[in-house]
Amino acid sequence: MKNNNSGWIRIPMPLRYLINLVLIVAVWFPFTSLMHAGVITNYWTGILIMVGINIILAVSLNVATGYLGQLPLGHAGFMAVGAYTAGIFMKATPAAALIKAGDTAALTPYIIIAIVLSAIVAGIFGLIIGIPALRLRGDYLAIITLGFGEIIRVILTNIDSLLGFDFTYGAAGLKRIPKYSSFTLVFICMVLTCTIIHMMMKSRHGRAILSIRENEIASESSGIQTTYYKTLAFVVSAMFAGVAGCLYAGYLGSLYPSTFKFMKSIEILVMVVLGGMGSMLGSVVSASVLTFLPELLRSVDDLRMVVYSLALVIMMIFRPKGLLGSYDFSMSRVLEKFINWFVGLFRKDRPGKKQKKVSEKAGKGGGKV
Amino acid sequence: MSSERRPATKLVPVPSTNIIPERDIGQHPILETRHLGIDFGGLSAVSDFNMAIGRTEIAGLIGPNGAGKTTIFNLLTKVYQPTRGSILLDGIDTANKTTAQVNQLGIARTFQNIRLFRDLTVLENVLIGLHNETKYNLASAIFRTPNYWRREKIARERAIELLSIFDMQDLAAHKAGSLPYGAQRRLEIVRALATNPSLLLLDEPAAGMNPSETSELMDNIVKIRDTFGIAIMLIEHDMNLVMGICEGICVLNFGKIIAKGTPDDIQSNPAVIEAYLGKKKEG
Repeated sequence: MKNNNSGWIRIPMPLRYLINLVLIVAVWFPFTSLMHAGVITNYWTGILIMVGINIILAVSLNVATGYLGQLPLGHAGFMAVGAYTAGIFMKATPAAALIKAGDTAALTPYIIIAIVLSAIVAGIFGLIIGIPALRLRGDYLAIITLGFGEIIRVILTNIDSLLGFDFTYGAAGLKRIPKYSSFTLVFICMVLTCTIIHMMMKSRHGRAILSIRENEIASESSGIQTTYYKTLAFVVSAMFAGVAGCLYAGYLGSLYPSTFKFMKSIEILVMVVLGGMGSMLGSVVSASVLTFLPELLRSVDDLRMVVYSLALVIMMIFRPKGLLGSYDFSMSRVLEKFINWFVGLFRKDRPGKKQKKVSEKAGKGGGKV
Repeated sequence: MSSERRPATKLVPVPSTNIIPERDIGQHPILETRHLGIDFGGLSAVSDFNMAIGRTEIAGLIGPNGAGKTTIFNLLTKVYQPTRGSILLDGIDTANKTTAQVNQLGIARTFQNIRLFRDLTVLENVLIGLHNETKYNLASAIFRTPNYWRREKIARERAIELLSIFDMQDLAAHKAGSLPYGAQRRLEIVRALATNPSLLLLDEPAAGMNPSETSELMDNIVKIRDTFGIAIMLIEHDMNLVMGICEGICVLNFGKIIAKGTPDDIQSNPAVIEAYLGKKKEG
């Protein structure tokens, strides 16, 4: 909140959305054109898709970890639910034939249904697990969600032999899923995930979730139904993990329960912690870096895990709050600063301008600390 | 838009109506407790606590350390569930209500050890207090419907208006945790007021304040009562404050009420003097 009378120029709201849209397209366009031109090989396209999926995972886990302040360790379980839902659904549809024929227009509705379906199913699992788990907090919540995550994986492995029909194909894996995840699809899903979560967090619902992290007793005394909002955050987190799972299934084409082990949950958690809990940009950056880094270090395969863990240790020593702390990026804010700086150059003659700027800076500095 | 606000919260000075002394129970009190009590294991922390607070009364709850004052606040706000007795808020029994529901019914509180949302801004703290007044659903937040913008705008204006009671509107963008101690205490009161209460519970509002800050706080408490037309109940060790602004005082010792009355009654009550200073040696 800047004083309106201080001459600080603010970018009006619709324009801010436009700026964001331009920024999104500006990121997407070079990648796709380079892919079409063949500069980015299939190998790197695959990695970029994994980056997108990991960003969705990290940003969604950030809702439960960074914003709600809980420590769930079962995120891979929700991802598995989403992946298997989408895999089973897409195998039942004529999607494979459509991909072969290159009929994107006919394929799109199936993809949308698959994404929505995996989000809903994962959300239901999130609700079922969240209601009992969120009665606990701290380490206990971590352990119980870890348990639930493993239960999901074990069920996926054994349900077929138990019930006697081909459903998940157990440990042999769900194979021949149509490969419907393109870079553009993953990119759109990633943008939508970030947008929806951002919109939610910048509303009364988001503030309620943040207040639970800050002080649960005070939050409840301020009239916030903490149980409801904890469950909401948990379910939203699970839903987007389901979306990521759906894209993952469509990218790999085959699913194995062993992919969704406890270590996968930890991997996602590391991305969130490294990026800074409660910072969306942090999650995005660290998910990208931590997906690229192992690939870049492939040549020194033996040292890969050493460098990876060393990076984490150094991080925790020098920046315990994560790469970006709780800082969040806003292109409009950067532009605003630039515009005001630029306008300031031409307003040198205005009396009292300098003092105003100083007081403004002091005010902002105080706010940031 | 302004018609959607409940008239009781409008920042228009309401003339302080006849202060109903706590003992005039016939006059429909805002809060009434009957035989309220709680046991922690075998220990009876509060027992047989009966009192009533008038609609625009400032009531004081005093007593030596460990007498059970904060426990009573926790019982009233349902942080603890009472073992015995009942609490009537504006005639409604609050049994089976959660803390959040009791707040929506009209009890707001501050805490002895400040509980602000430290990493959020001052404005956000007040907006969280306004949570139940800001009415839009999750879908309109995600799609940024006109309703969202309108409600958010109203909430923000209201938050600034509330902050201006304590002249804190310029601090809106600061982190709550970075405020000086006194400002944090004031912000807690603003946040509590934002929930549109009919009864405000203040747990040691003057703790850690110097005499000039305390006297300013006294003026502000009276100002809040007069502006909002609400009842205020406060726990305080600063006797100047308690005797200066409370119309009814309730003295507690070992979980039991040992005296009730006006400040003058309390000051001369032998049981109170004994609780605070001990008994005179016989002979």
